[in-house]
Amino acid sequence: MQIPKSFLGFKRENGRAGTRNHVIILPVDDISNACAEAVANNIKGTIALPHSYGRLQFGADLELHFRTMIGTGRNPNVAAVIVIGIEPKWTKRIVDAIAKTGKPVEGFSIEGVGDIDTIAKVSKKAQEFSMWASEKQREECPMSDLWISVKCGESDTTSGLASNPTVGNLMDKLEPLGVHLCFGETSELTGAETVCAKRGKTKEAQDKFMKTWNSYNDFILKEATNDLSESQPTAGNIAGGLTTIEEKAFGNFQKIGSRQFIDVLEPAEEPSKGKGLYFMDTSSAAAECVTLQAAGGFNIHLFPTGQGNIIGNPIEPVIKLTANPLTAKTMSEHIDLDVSKILSREMNLDQAGDELIKSTIKVANGKLTCAEALGHKEFVMTKLYRSA
Amino acid sequence: MAKTDIIIHDKKDNVGVIVIEKVTKGQDCGCWIMEDDTSSKVKSESEIPLGHKIALQDLKEGDTIIKYGHDIGKVVKSIKKGDHVHVHNVKTKKW
Repeated sequence: MQIPKSFLGFKRENGRAGTRNHVIILPVDDISNACAEAVANNIKGTIALPHSYGRLQFGADLELHFRTMIGTGRNPNVAAVIVIGIEPKWTKRIVDAIAKTGKPVEGFSIEGVGDIDTIAKVSKKAQEFSMWASEKQREECPMSDLWISVKCGESDTTSGLASNPTVGNLMDKLEPLGVHLCFGETSELTGAETVCAKRGKTKEAQDKFMKTWNSYNDFILKEATNDLSESQPTAGNIAGGLTTIEEKAFGNFQKIGSRQFIDVLEPAEEPSKGKGLYFMDTSSAAAECVTLQAAGGFNIHLFPTGQGNIIGNPIEPVIKLTANPLTAKTMSEHIDLDVSKILSREMNLDQAGDELIKSTIKVANGKLTCAEALGHKEFVMTKLYRSA
Repeated sequence: MAKTDIIIHDKKDNVGVIVIEKVTKGQDCGCWIMEDDTSSKVKSESEIPLGHKIALQDLKEGDTIIKYGHDIGKVVKSIKKGDHVHVHNVKTKKW
């Protein structure tokens, strides 16, 4: 197949391009959710991103909260942003960092005003942003404007056999075109960690990966009460035939094809070493992982599933593929691409990779994913430890 | 092309994955080895569902299960060629 050279995206002020054109109402903290949701209800063409945290956090945990908030606002799939917090100081910090992209952003704080007057004031600004964004047109963008993140979920053995290698095949074909790529799931590389580390392009990247994995593993060994066999693999994984975390990890690892990663990112960190594959230190819980990758600036997501994970994200479209013929049949409304024919050998990996490239471009051009059509908007902050 | 009931990732693997709805006890199963595109046969010793693993050789307690050409865990209860391989006879080496 001739790989397309471009897609139709929304060009942003800072030179990046989006596959979507969202106007988001971003609450800084849990108690500002109600206000954000009321505004999004008032003003069409906006979405609120409610979440559970943002109060009394400190240290690395607070920095991660800011990085996730700011990165979400900066993502090129977002045309304009309204930030609402209870207090002005943290709100302003987020607004100022998003403003560096050049996109419209405005912050509001509720303290001393109350919800009702804040909702009225914010709604006026939100209407202005929504109508402004609605005039944006899609334009031809080079493939290198795609920043593709990947994460698998509710995996089974068909993931490692076929749907994950299909993603790997896409990576092998698209990396030479200059796309940014990102995989994560620190915990679910357990058992394959030394094999994965060897895929670091430099000694520095390899060492950084092992340091990240070791830090996770030390934490697990410290907190585990007996063993982790109840959690990893999950009951769903086991039902699908996965027996151990090692087996799950080697299946997971198929998603990067034969690529090497150039750097290891902190959770929600934006890549800074140019095009190529990055590893991001993330949770393996689907919604947490995709939220972090979206905050890192990735604008389209590929999600292979075995037993049928149903996750979506409010700003980054999530394309689902499966190689499990039963899942493809029983959960068809969640599956964007069925590659189960690989198992019956009616389709090979090369063909499946091409099909996934076609699906990716259609979605990049604006086609709704199953998760978008079904209204999946899981926005889940990663919390590192208890609050002060 | 012979019918494929089982896919094996790597020549070194001692387990394969069922890729049809299930195999029944005593079934002569066709295997396809992805790594070098060759075929083999194995007789199933029990009913095994889609996605689950079958032993390609006899294995004893303490042996290592190889899949993707890598170590994916240890045998905790002896396994015969053709048996269902899963959490009842294999455990992680990690914890």
